[in-house]
Amino acid sequence: MGVASRFILRRRGGKSWHWTDIVTWVWLVGGLIIMFGPAVWLAFSSFKTPAALAEFPPSILPYVTSQATVQGYDKPLQLFEAKMPDGSTKVLAEVRRIGLVAQMVDPTTPGEIVRVNIGDRTPVRSVSFATENYTTPFTQFDFLRYLWNSVFVTVTATLITLIVNSMAAFALSKYEFRGRSLAMLIILATLMVPLSVIMVPLYSIISSLGLFNNLWGVILPTVATPTGVFILRQYMLTIPDELIDAARMDKASEWQIYWRIVLPLTAPALAVLAIFSVVWRWNDFLWPLIVLSRRELYTLQVGLSIYSGELNVQWHFILAMTVVTMIPVVLVFIFLQRFITTGIAGTGLK
Amino acid sequence: MSTTSLTDRLGSLLMAPVHLLMRIIDIPLRAVQKTAGIGGMAAVFLAPNMLIFGIFVLLPLVINFVYSMTGGTAFFLSERNFIGAEQYQRLFTCTNYLDPMSCQEDAFWTAVGNTFWFVILQVALMIGLSLITALILNRDLAARSFWRAVFFFPVLLSPVVVGLIWKWILQRQGLLNFGLYQFGIEPYTWLTDRNWTFIATIGVSIWAHMGLYTLILLAGLQAIPKDLYEAAEMDGTKPARVFRRITLPLLAPNLLVVVVLALIKAVQIFDEVYVLTGGGPGTSTLYLTQYIYETGFASTLRNPGLAAAASILMGLVLVVLTLIQLGIGQRGEKKGKR
Amino acid sequence: MGEITLTKIKKSFGAVDVLKDIDLDIKDGEFIVFVGPSGCGKSTLLRTIAGLEKVTGGEIEIDGKRVNEVSAADRGLAMVFQSYALYPHMSVRQNLAFGLENSSMPKAEVAERITEAARMLEIEAYLERRPGQLSGGQRQRVAIGRAIVRRPTAFLLDEPLSNLDAELRVSTRAELAALHARLGSTMIYVTHDQVEAMTLAHRIVVMRAGKIEQVGTPLDLYNTPANRFVAGFIGAPHMNFLAGEVADLETGTATLATAGGHRLLVPFSGHSLSVGEKLTIGIRPQHITLANDPGSLKVKVRLVEALGSETVIHADLNGEKLLAVVPGQKLISPGDETYLSVAGAPLHLFDRNGLRVKGS
Ligand SMILES: Nc1ncnc2c1ncn2[C@@H]1O[C@H](COP(=O)(O)OP(=O)(O)OP(=O)(O)O)[C@@H](O)[C@H]1O
Ligand SMILES: [Mg+2]
Repeated sequence: MGVASRFILRRRGGKSWHWTDIVTWVWLVGGLIIMFGPAVWLAFSSFKTPAALAEFPPSILPYVTSQATVQGYDKPLQLFEAKMPDGSTKVLAEVRRIGLVAQMVDPTTPGEIVRVNIGDRTPVRSVSFATENYTTPFTQFDFLRYLWNSVFVTVTATLITLIVNSMAAFALSKYEFRGRSLAMLIILATLMVPLSVIMVPLYSIISSLGLFNNLWGVILPTVATPTGVFILRQYMLTIPDELIDAARMDKASEWQIYWRIVLPLTAPALAVLAIFSVVWRWNDFLWPLIVLSRRELYTLQVGLSIYSGELNVQWHFILAMTVVTMIPVVLVFIFLQRFITTGIAGTGLK
Repeated sequence: MSTTSLTDRLGSLLMAPVHLLMRIIDIPLRAVQKTAGIGGMAAVFLAPNMLIFGIFVLLPLVINFVYSMTGGTAFFLSERNFIGAEQYQRLFTCTNYLDPMSCQEDAFWTAVGNTFWFVILQVALMIGLSLITALILNRDLAARSFWRAVFFFPVLLSPVVVGLIWKWILQRQGLLNFGLYQFGIEPYTWLTDRNWTFIATIGVSIWAHMGLYTLILLAGLQAIPKDLYEAAEMDGTKPARVFRRITLPLLAPNLLVVVVLALIKAVQIFDEVYVLTGGGPGTSTLYLTQYIYETGFASTLRNPGLAAAASILMGLVLVVLTLIQLGIGQRGEKKGKR
Repeated sequence: MGEITLTKIKKSFGAVDVLKDIDLDIKDGEFIVFVGPSGCGKSTLLRTIAGLEKVTGGEIEIDGKRVNEVSAADRGLAMVFQSYALYPHMSVRQNLAFGLENSSMPKAEVAERITEAARMLEIEAYLERRPGQLSGGQRQRVAIGRAIVRRPTAFLLDEPLSNLDAELRVSTRAELAALHARLGSTMIYVTHDQVEAMTLAHRIVVMRAGKIEQVGTPLDLYNTPANRFVAGFIGAPHMNFLAGEVADLETGTATLATAGGHRLLVPFSGHSLSVGEKLTIGIRPQHITLANDPGSLKVKVRLVEALGSETVIHADLNGEKLLAVVPGQKLISPGDETYLSVAGAPLHLFDRNGLRVKGS
């Protein structure tokens, strides 16, 4: 609260509001709404029933119309608040509708039918979260599978990235050997080779390796990231060489030096790379879309896009699964945002 | 001090198998070190990364050229026939060079045209908005890191999620129509209108990426020494003039890097657009990467050779942009040294 | 055992020759100190002995065995680095244990050795701390401890005290000497600081530009420097050098003439001098005294540094600089003219090539 009031009350210099203060205020609050609003709206929507989703104008909170089982009727009937001729209002259940007139019954006295003009009744609604939007895709569609595939790809790719990149970075920062600058040059030159440029030949390599329709076909091409090698190498250059000499005197093998000395000391850079890698791999779309054509292999991203592209889009499920897909990234954002922003500001890389 | 905390003990418990594994790996590697020497171990450390890198980045880069000179629908090179520059010819066969529809590969030229306008508009608008946001965030704000985070939030979202979020908002019963409805404007199906979809892809990609550029620009702004502003204030310089004479020149290297970075990303636009519009309606939001993807994989009449040729042309554009970026970086470094 | 023999050691980095034909015999239990100006190759020599650098030529033997191809780990030596090079992510105990664990020593013995070394160095109190939580002096002890637990055939120390403040340096120096006396193992010690060299060394190795200029006991070097470089390098403040000429030769005495016509008599018993030969005369500042007899050197005082117990006089003798360190406090100020005497001072004569004149 203190922060908010301090922000609101802060002005440029003097006592009065300078126009720039107003612009700042409008811009920031507008930004808050535009940046967070859509995701929040989506999250709210994901709890609505299909009927509520189809409503226009939409409500913000997920409402459902109330129903009641009335004696003498097989199906539950929808409840309405009806205006009676005497001016009072009463909760009635609708039996059927004929033209502009609805036949209704009082749940407490099921025997007599009341006729109400449809203009005089409004549905009784209550807030209710349609959690089946979340449970059904997991139990009846393959989404649990997709979730698992995504987690597998993300975790495996990140682990391999960390190991393989840190080994390369170690070699490139702590050894003198012929071809070192060539290796560095190649890595730097390919820092910018995007997937879209090499997807056709990469696909043929993946299929000749038998990795088409295989999660490893998604994982392997992503793990030798030049970015990762670059970040880690920069960091390892700051580790004093004397430390490595000391370990050599202490009878450590080069491999031991790598995992007992260099890796622990590179932890901060590894953490940054791990965060990036998790976000990258979790969000990957085009390459999994190319490599995975069997439904049971889809990652969340691919599954979502395929389902949302179908003719009969079941928005209530799609929205819920979008929220699920968003959760890890939102968690990363909440807890590790500072790490990432300083990481990007420091390296200029994303 | 000497009491080991629970998390420490738990950590060492979890790490125990890892340590064991590492010790096992150490045994053969010690033997390698004996024969290859310490210098030889560099090759061992470099090998896995370079191997993967070679197979999945360098090799494709090279054989892409071979692909672009072969025909047929097969993916294995051995099953493809050499046809020379035919694919490139096909891309460049037009009766009227001013009209993409007169070209043999009209879809390619439509995609080029769409991408061109997309890149220009998206980058210009996005950098403008990022700069304004960065300037505002650079003011003496309370809770600056919170506000920075606000604008950064969408950057982390997956393109698929971004596409779906906006598809949901732009659809007929969506939030946008609801908002307009409050002002008495009738609901409209935005995503079936050629012009509006194009605008929507620009807007959505700006929404998704501007946080990144804001962040880089903000870092650049904060690197400008404060005493310059204080000196200007002492001189009674007008704010607009301070901006033009101090902020802008000092931010220029950053701004250039950001522009080129944004250009490189914008040329490759695909994921969020694919989810949001699928390239439609018609071909109104068909961009280059989607053209390559569909030509190479998705369409029934797939032609990997043609896709490869198109991707090489796109690669050339990216190479030029990257070279510009490296050039800027070098100039900046030289300046820094002086 | 810790006998180290170097024969014609050469080391070059690319085209740069950093070590040129180094020959040196180090006896078991000896305390050897390498001194020399910055960049002369002291660290490089130490690192080639350690096995951290491969020699380009020559032989290294430890206890009579050629070790050129033996890796650093297997030479049985321990090194203390200038920056201590303690593993920052390990506790002091883990730092000490690391090397022992790598040679798969039983846990009990590791613990025992650590306890012993910790007691010896008085670092028991912070065995569980990380290096980052220690003071410079404490870190230094840990670095030495890490070497001690290994029970090496020889210790290699590269400027181990240079990161300590002056006071701590003096006390640690004394402890190092005591430690050496106690352990009795060979120590090779690199330093810039000649007081360290003089106080610690059995023998000092003076190096310049990749070559050994002289090897000898501290007093050897002080009393009979083999050349002008060693003469100037050992002793503080530096030795004064005056240009001179042999004016007269008699049996047992040489008469030298300096600029300004002063005559100095030097005991001399060789045959290598001839009348008229140009020489450099070296006089240690401590050996110059104040005099008021006009027969001595007449100088103009440029600067006086009163240090309390002694006074340093920067003087000008016919355009040549002369530095004198005289005991006590003197009433003398810049601009004064005074007389300095070198009567009875040991004079060092160096020929045109800077070599010590034989027989002087
Ligand atoms: N790895 C290397 N590559 C190239 N030249 C080197 C390398 N290590 C040392 N040198 C050069 O070798 C020479 C000797 O270096 P060394 O570190 O042995 O000097 P030093 O006597 O220890 O100096 P200091 O007293 O400053 O520590 C220096 O000129 C140095 O530049
Ligand atoms: Mg040195």
